[in-house]
Amino acid sequence: MANPNLQLHDDGRLRHFLSVEGLSKQILTDILDTAESFTSVTDRSIKKVPILRGKTVANLFFEASTRTRATFELAAQRLSADILSLDIKTSSAVKGESLLDTLHNLEAMQIDMFVIRHQDSGSAHFFASHVHPGVSVLNAGDGQHAHPTQAMLDMFTIRRHKQQFEGLSVAIVGDIKHSRVARSQIHALNILNTGQVRVIAPPTLLPEHCETLGVQVYHDFDEGIRDVDVVIMLRLQKERMTGALLPSEKEYFRQYGLTAERIKLAKPDAIIMHPGPANRGIEIESSVMDGKQSVILQQVTFGIAVRMAVMSMIASQPGLDG
Amino acid sequence: MTDLLVEPLLQKLTDQLAPLFSGVDQPILVGIETGGYLIAERLHQMLQPATELGKLNITFYRDDFTKIGLHPTVNPSSLPTDIDGKTIVLVDDVLYSGRTVRAAMNELFDYGRPERIVLAILIDRGGRELPIQADFVGQTIELADDEQVKLENGDALTLKFQKVHGES
Repeated sequence: MANPNLQLHDDGRLRHFLSVEGLSKQILTDILDTAESFTSVTDRSIKKVPILRGKTVANLFFEASTRTRATFELAAQRLSADILSLDIKTSSAVKGESLLDTLHNLEAMQIDMFVIRHQDSGSAHFFASHVHPGVSVLNAGDGQHAHPTQAMLDMFTIRRHKQQFEGLSVAIVGDIKHSRVARSQIHALNILNTGQVRVIAPPTLLPEHCETLGVQVYHDFDEGIRDVDVVIMLRLQKERMTGALLPSEKEYFRQYGLTAERIKLAKPDAIIMHPGPANRGIEIESSVMDGKQSVILQQVTFGIAVRMAVMSMIASQPGLDG
Repeated sequence: MTDLLVEPLLQKLTDQLAPLFSGVDQPILVGIETGGYLIAERLHQMLQPATELGKLNITFYRDDFTKIGLHPTVNPSSLPTDIDGKTIVLVDDVLYSGRTVRAAMNELFDYGRPERIVLAILIDRGGRELPIQADFVGQTIELADDEQVKLENGDALTLKFQKVHGES
């Protein structure tokens, strides 16, 4: 994969936002602090500040998305940017235009920032290594690789409820193997010095050499969830499954579904998160999803402030001015 | 230039502002973070208006944002009430280029449509780059481009004058 420092300027500040991996604790903390500042804007009647006035952001979605796409659009609009959202499945890509040609055509329209979701791992890096100087790329999910803004809004939600990461025990449960969200979360939690990061999944839904990511692996949900502060449920990615990884959805729910009974094994004030979209009755019981400990809808709200933070940090680079 | 005590200037501002606060419809004092808010706090104690004090943080409205970058922790602005139809007394410590005041007015209009905005300034140091003037001034001092005046909050509020090198 491309140069890991591709996303940083020479002075260490953010140029692109491609993955959490390789970023410092300081940058992640700056993102969270900046997002905290923006929540004051999103709470008032005119939810707009002029920071990105005159800039154009293009949302390129090669893969379906509701939350990420909508909150990126709102974030850009609240920063006063002009935003163009392209659903590539219905545009020239289907007519055979290459990724690079699509990019160069959009650059010819003087786009300042690209938000990209693509089914291939590494596609955001590919874009970033081909854009003109002064143009930035934000990864909104690439294949099974990374989804850094999702991870940061999850970190923001955790910090809002638990104040700090040291001493916390966080469990990520479910389809780790296919989840770019899980990968980004694990990196972010470790960079922020989280006490303990656990992953809970059947062996078939874990990536190889998972322990090397700095996590403790559990195959038994009841054992893994014991006394954790945060439970992050992942969506069972049925569309990415190849081969017989699972006996049945019913059996999966029995072993790895979050139920009202199971959550009692975690700390009494544990919070329940899910990046969405959730499969009710497959990885999470409906009543738990709507229950008191669930912060799932807050994650969506915080997504706007976090995306505003990342965009404004990237825009405050001298590069974008030139 | 020697340091300047703030108290006498505050008294002067209070005397000028007092008539505005004599009626039933009381204006809202709004200080610009950080120096302007300190001054507005003192004016609020001295004038004892019926309205609460407001605070503006103009970071998101600065026109030099892309050059200077964004400080991650921005204290949020807070305005006590709906400002529609109200008189706002906008307070800052030093009036120089006028850009801060422009940014503050832009932000105020994102909260509502005040009937009137007046500007109260502790020190007008000249050097305007925009057509903005103060309605109430503690003291006017012409400073050269390489001179700087800064509000310091030690035992007492003090204005410190110093030479600066390079860009101010």
